[in-house]
Formats: sequence, structure tokens, C-alpha cells
Amino acid sequence: MWRQAYWDEPLITEYKGKGRQGFLVPKENIEAEIKLPEKIRRGREPELPEVSELEVVRHFIRLSQMSFGVDTGMMPLGSCTMKYNPKIEEETGVFERTHPLQDQDTVQGNLEVMYEMQRWLAEATGMDECSLQVPAGSAGELAGVLMIRKYHREQNRRRGEMLVADSAHGTNPASAAMAGFSVIYIKSNQEGLVDLDVLKGTISENVAGFMLTNPNTLGLFEENIKEIADLVHSVDGVLYYDGANLNGILGIVRPGDMGFDIVHLNLHKTFGVPHGGGGPGAGAVCAKGKMVEYLPYPVVVKGDRYSLVKPERSIGKISVFNGNFGNLMRSYAYILGLGGKGVSMIGKMSTLATNYLIAKLRGVKGLELMAPHRFRKHEVVFSAKKLAEETGVTAFDVAKALLDRGFYAPTIYFPPNVEEALMIEPTETEPVEVLDQFAEAIKEIVEKAYINPSAITSTPQNTAVGRLDQVKANHPSTVTPTYRVLRSRLPNQGRK
Amino acid sequence: MDNHPWLPNISRIQDMLREIGVEEIDELFQDVPEDLILRRELKVGYDSPLSEEEIRWRLGQVAERNLKLKYPPFLGAGAYPHSIPSVIKFILSRSEFYTAYTPYQPEVNQGLLQALFEYQSLMAELLEMDVVNSSHYDWGGSLAEAVLMAHRINGRRKVVVPESINPLHEQVLRTWISGKELEVVKVPTGKDGKVDLDFLSSLNPDEISSVYVQQPNFFGVVETELEYVTEWARKNNVVSIVGVSPLSLGLIKSPGELGFDIAVGDGQELGIPLNFGGPYSGILATRMDMKLVRQMPGRIVGMTQDVNGKRGFTLILQTREQFARREKATSNITTNEALMALANAVYLSLLGRNGIKELAIEIYKRSHYALKRMEDEELGTRKWESDFFEEFTFVFRSDYDRIHSELLKRGIHGGLKLGPREALFCVTEVHTKRAIDDLVNAIKEVV
Ligand SMILES: Cc1ncc(COP(=O)(O)O)c(C=O)c1O
Repeated sequence: MWRQAYWDEPLITEYKGKGRQGFLVPKENIEAEIKLPEKIRRGREPELPEVSELEVVRHFIRLSQMSFGVDTGMMPLGSCTMKYNPKIEEETGVFERTHPLQDQDTVQGNLEVMYEMQRWLAEATGMDECSLQVPAGSAGELAGVLMIRKYHREQNRRRGEMLVADSAHGTNPASAAMAGFSVIYIKSNQEGLVDLDVLKGTISENVAGFMLTNPNTLGLFEENIKEIADLVHSVDGVLYYDGANLNGILGIVRPGDMGFDIVHLNLHKTFGVPHGGGGPGAGAVCAKGKMVEYLPYPVVVKGDRYSLVKPERSIGKISVFNGNFGNLMRSYAYILGLGGKGVSMIGKMSTLATNYLIAKLRGVKGLELMAPHRFRKHEVVFSAKKLAEETGVTAFDVAKALLDRGFYAPTIYFPPNVEEALMIEPTETEPVEVLDQFAEAIKEIVEKAYINPSAITSTPQNTAVGRLDQVKANHPSTVTPTYRVLRSRLPNQGRK
Repeated sequence: MDNHPWLPNISRIQDMLREIGVEEIDELFQDVPEDLILRRELKVGYDSPLSEEEIRWRLGQVAERNLKLKYPPFLGAGAYPHSIPSVIKFILSRSEFYTAYTPYQPEVNQGLLQALFEYQSLMAELLEMDVVNSSHYDWGGSLAEAVLMAHRINGRRKVVVPESINPLHEQVLRTWISGKELEVVKVPTGKDGKVDLDFLSSLNPDEISSVYVQQPNFFGVVETELEYVTEWARKNNVVSIVGVSPLSLGLIKSPGELGFDIAVGDGQELGIPLNFGGPYSGILATRMDMKLVRQMPGRIVGMTQDVNGKRGFTLILQTREQFARREKATSNITTNEALMALANAVYLSLLGRNGIKELAIEIYKRSHYALKRMEDEELGTRKWESDFFEEFTFVFRSDYDRIHSELLKRGIHGGLKLGPREALFCVTEVHTKRAIDDLVNAIKEVV
């Protein structure tokens, strides 16, 4: 039986040492007096720890033992594409020492990698050009909708509406709002697809564009994509592709060929960059035809040497320098390791894994599938509504029970158009035996739910801690975002 | 291809298809319109998979095409060469951290959550601000988010920034606020290199949402009258924002002590390699005032208890976020720079209370040593008279382009050109006295 480690580990700020230091500051024998005026010198020393190197190492290693990643076990987080991150990616350290403002002649190697990645990602998406400015998916969306905004402005029109599918990820409407658009949701039909009639009724000269992902967040392919593209283009709207779900069709069909004009990619989902406990990722925003000129700068071009240029109508910069280049290198190693042959198999192998898992879970009591006859692509969303009604065990409880069985939980309560959603994305890197074990775990949990629901609602027990008090965590009188706030509430408010 | 280490199920395709009840994988794509299907392999990578040895070889080959420098570049301007403790890489390579996702399941991610809480806490101590989120993309992104946050708080449309702002940060800011059509108002730099406060006080504050200052500013100059800025902002109900180099805070007054509403900056200086520009880590902090905190973007980790009364950590105040609020969220940010924030936490733990001060003093000394050597050799003069930290603007006697290319021939990368004879030099603890002397002597040969 799996059990996670638990260390009763204090905060690093609670270590009691005095006068210790974990790193030796290099010093030169230089006579120089500090001439900064007294009034701008720091008044109090910062309340930072005073610990040795070993204490720091041991502290963080203990914390790592109370955490969980793809290398520990399967992470079926829908929409997150938690695939294995090959270790060779971590051998890209030689590039760490290059400064982003070095003369371009001194970093031709870096620029060559960026150029190749731009070409490869354009090829994989069926676009003309990519910018690697965006450090993550959401930033790619922001870039994309700002491009749409600028395009319409340059046609001398103010188009205020951005269409978003009701099953869309929260970042789509949030990005559209940041770019100043009002968001209009397009309802899905019974089959979980964009309702063409609704779209026809909504499309107008006020519509700037449509943000869509295909396969959508239910894992379903929008089979009417050509009609959707035609409708959007009929009013000179721009069709935007949220590339977070590319994994399910990579190598099979490309957004550019479907009629999309702008695409963002999450290299940390589809192209092997590790998720880092929440980040950093890396992204790309790619465009076709007339939208290319609006890409964020810089973009690498190849002449007799590689150079960084600004597309003519560029929306500007999204990140300060060259995007998350360090992670671009990881992705580069990943693509080299798979080659065109391997990358072309990703869509097939991830789709195969999803449908295999569906076959294994089909008919499990209490779990329902919208449009059950349709094949899924990268992911599948089960509804645990019936289970909840019949046993009181919710999607939330199923998630916690999975933790107890050594699996990470699926994404839950998303997408918004499915009640009690369990969104499962197995990816192409999980061996079939692990898929079997995962399916068995779900079955066992559901069976138990019908016999003894409290055995499920009392999970997790095998993790470092049990369920957490969210009220205490969030109530204005107890909310504790830092140790500084905690200290200010201590009775004597003393400094250590 | 019948085998690949990263595609374990190639050998089991037939079994899996049988379970699904189809004969070929293509059947799983029957809902994709025929004519859209790409019937060829993608032209990415080099066709066939490369082995690890071949990948290594290719990486080495591209690395060779970069110029090998004798010393770390004398370049700053928002990204700074620093010495990175070996411990950091070791801890960041722990699989349970670096292959984790955002800790949506707190029970199984306590360690990661505690580490991020510690990042927030250590940064809060350095900044003397109460609330820190668990990171943005970089300084520019943090600044843009801070300005948008201020706009949500007071609804006004103008943001005041000094001419001494890092121009790249300004470019990022302008892009991010273009959707909301906020307007940028610039405050000139005075003769001493500091922000012109007379100009600031002459502005009509009614439409101003926020005021931003950078410390030290883009030219390396340390601003000395920032209390005046926070005072002016408070009087006029303007949100005050400061961008700080976190390492300078070992020596210089913190944003909290100066009374700023929001502090931003980049954690790159605290244990993150140059990485040719990223990943870095945007800092965003504010005061413990719920009016501010509720409008804060980004993820925040908080302390609480579990069902058994054990101390525990979880993501808090999530109703601000995109998945809960969609178009009404405080930001679209999802993936952030958590692992880099962890690097900052390890770094601040290692250096600690004393190390951070020692290092700031060392950087101050070395950068002043470099300036003094340049002045003593009569290579030119410093542009601004007010004191500086880490970076200084130098006006040479002759054209900088030629100096720069001559330096490169000697394997030395000089400062960032700001004008025909002007450049911004950055000197930190990675530049030894010998490296500095080498730089100065080389320039002397060519001016
Ligand atoms: C469908 C979808 N779109 C957009 C995003 C945002 O991407 P990122 O987290 O890289 O900002 C995500 C992932 O979180 C996603 O799943």
C-alpha cells in the first residue's frame, strides 16, 4: 500500500540557528566606501534565516518527499497533458550563461535553435510563422487576442465582441477581457460540440473573432470546423486556436488546415517541457497569412546570419526578452529525440490511450459519458453526477480517493458544461499496464462508494496531510499568505 | 518505428485496438473531415529519432556557434550575471518538484506548497511587504499586472512612469495595457539621473491611476526621494508601484519601509541563470489591505490546517482566478514560474540575513571599483552624478561601437550601448578584480 512521507518540518523561517550562512559570498580586496546617503540605507535587516548549507538541503529534500510529480506516478490531469519529461532535456545547461542582450553575432547558436523551433512549430500547426515571445499559454492567448484587436483597428473598425465556446478554458474569456473585448459564449449542443445554429445567430459585424480549441475540452473533435471557419471568416472575423489540446491530433490534422488564423502552443503540454510545479512553461504564438505581421517581437529570421526582427505591425512585446528560452531548449531536445517520425505519432498514441481507458471504464456504475458513441482524442470527461446523487460521493471525493491509491487526481469540475466532471488525460507516455491499474482504481472506488460511501469521503489518508480547512485558509481574519502576516498575529509580535 | 523509449505502447497497439473494438488507429479519427487529414509525416526535428548521444552532439554543435566569452558579460539592463549556489540546481532537479503540476491537490503536494509559501514569506521579508504571490513571468509582466490591478482599484486610465524605466519593461507594459487603452505619461529624468519630482508634482492627479518608479533606475542610479513619491500618491489616491532589484535591498530601503502599495521586480538575480532571457520570475507584492489583495493577480499559497489539526498549505483566494471567474478574473495567468520562485526561496535561505547584505555591499564595491578604474584611466566620464548600484552609464571619449567590437575580439562582452559614445555597464560579484582590470585595460588600448 502506498504511503506518502510525512515530515513535521518547520518553515525555513522557523529554524532557530544564529550567525550561520549557507553560501560563501565571493569577496575581493577592494577599498570602497559606501557613499549612499544614510536616509536611503535599509533600516532593519531582513528577517531571513541563518542556516547552514546542509540545513537548507535537508529542509527542501524533505519537502520534496511530500510532493508528487509525473516521475512519481500517473497524473491524469485533463487539459494539462502531463506527459513524461525525458531527462536528456536537462542537459541543455550550456545555454544558461548567455545574456539576452548580447550582440546577436555572439549568440548565433541560440538564434539558430529559435529559428528551427519557429519552423518546426509552424509546420506542426500549419501556420506560416511563429513568435516564441510568450512564456506560457495564457500569455499566448493575450498576444493572440491583441493581434485580433489590432487587426480590426487597422481596418478602421472597433469590434467589441469575442466569441468563446462555453466549454472553453477559463483563460480564454479572461484573456479576451484583458484585451478589452466583451465575451459572448457559444453554447454547445447535446453532442458536446459547437452549436452551428447558435453560432449562425450570433455571428455579426461586431464579432472580432472566435476562440476555440479542437479537439475541445471534452476531447471531442469539432467535426464542423470548416463550416465554423467559413462563418467566422464571412464577417472577416479571426479564428483563434487554443493549442493546449493539440496533443490529441498532432500529426493527424493541423489547425492551419482547419482554417485557424492564429494558434498558441503550450510547449509544456505538447512538446515535453516539465511543468515545474506550476511553471515555468514556454509558449509560441503562430499565425497565418495577413496575421503574421501582427506577431509579438522579436522573431528570428535567417539571412547570411540569424537575426531578431520586429514584424511590421507587431502588437509589441509580451515578455521582456526572448520568452522562456531555457525551456525552448528542453523542447528542442524533446523534438530531436522523437524526430518527425515520433512527433507524427503523438496524436495517434495519445488518442489510442484515451479510447483504451474509455473502453476499460465503459459501463462503470455512476459514471456517465456525454455522446458515448464518439471517440475522444487527447482526453475524456466523465460525469459523476449519478454517482453523487446515488451515493453522496462527489467528483471531489473520487479525486481524493485516487490520491490514496498512488495516482494524482484528474481535473475536476471542468469543463463547466459537465456536472461533477472528471476530466482524464492519460497521454501517450503512460504504459498500458498503468492505464489498467488506473481503471481498476476507479472501479474499486466507485464500488466502495455504493457499499460504504464514508470510506471514500474520508479520503485521503495516505497523503502527507488530510483534507484542508478552506474556510480558515480564506477567511479575512485568518488568511495567512506569508510568515510575516503570521508573525504579526503572534501575541508578543516579537521579532526573533 | 516499432520502439521508442518515450512511447511505451507502440508494441501494444493491436491489443489496445482490440479492447476498443476497432481495427486501426485511423478509425479513431473518423470524425475528422477526410480532406483535412495530413497524409504525410511532419517535417520537424531531423526525420528519425535521435539517440541521446546524437542529441548531445547536436546541442554541442549549436553551443559552438555562440562566442565563448572570457568573463561573464558586463551586461545588465534587467538580466544580471550572478553566482548561483550549486544547491539550487540540485533541489530544482528533484522530480517531485519539477515534474509536478500546479498543486491543485494540496494533500499530496504539501512540500511544494510549503516551499512556495516560503518563497512568498522570504520575499515578503526582503521587501517588507505582507502579501506576495507565487510568481509571474518576469518583471515586465509583473509591472503590467500591477498597473492593471491599480486600474481595477480606482478605475482611472493614466499610468505615470519615469523616463528612467527599463525601456524593455515599458514596451511590455504598453503591449499588455493596450487592450484596456490605458495611457502612459512620462516623467523626465533630472540632471542628477533621478526622477524629476517637480514634474511629477506638476501633474494633474485626477486621472492618474498609478505611478511607477524603478529602484535602482535603468541607468543604475539609486533614487533617493521615493518617500516623496509615495506621499504624493497617497495624497492623491494614486496607487504607488515600485520596481526593485531584489539584491539591492541588502543595502537600500525596502518598498515596505518606503510605503509603496505594490512592489514588482524580477527574481532572476536570486539564483536563476541568465537563460538568454527566460525563464525568470516576476515578483508581485502588496500590503495586507483586502482592497488591494482582492484585486491581486496570480496564485497565492496560504497556511491553514488539515482535518486532524496538522499545519497545512493550500492555494488561497482562488475566486480571483480565471477558472473560477472567467472574464471577471483578476488576470488570465495560469502557468506561472513556480520552480523559479522555488529557486529564489532556496537562494534566500542560503544567503540569509547576513549574506544578502554582504553580497549587496560586494556588488556595490566592485561596480564602484570598475567606474573608478575607468575614470582614473581617463576613458571618459560617468553620465549622472547621483550614486549607483551594480550598473552605471559611462560616456566614452570615442565611439562606443568600435570599443565594443574590439572588446569582443578579446573575448570580453562590454556594456549595453545607449548612445554613440554611451554604454550601460553592469558589474557584480561574478566579475573579479582581474576581469575588471582586463576590461579597463582593453578599452584603454582602443580609445
Ligand atoms: C485549454 C487550455 N487553454 C489554456 C491554458 C493556459 O495555458 P498556460 O497554463 O500555459 O497559461 C490551459 C492550461 O492551463 C488549458 O488547459
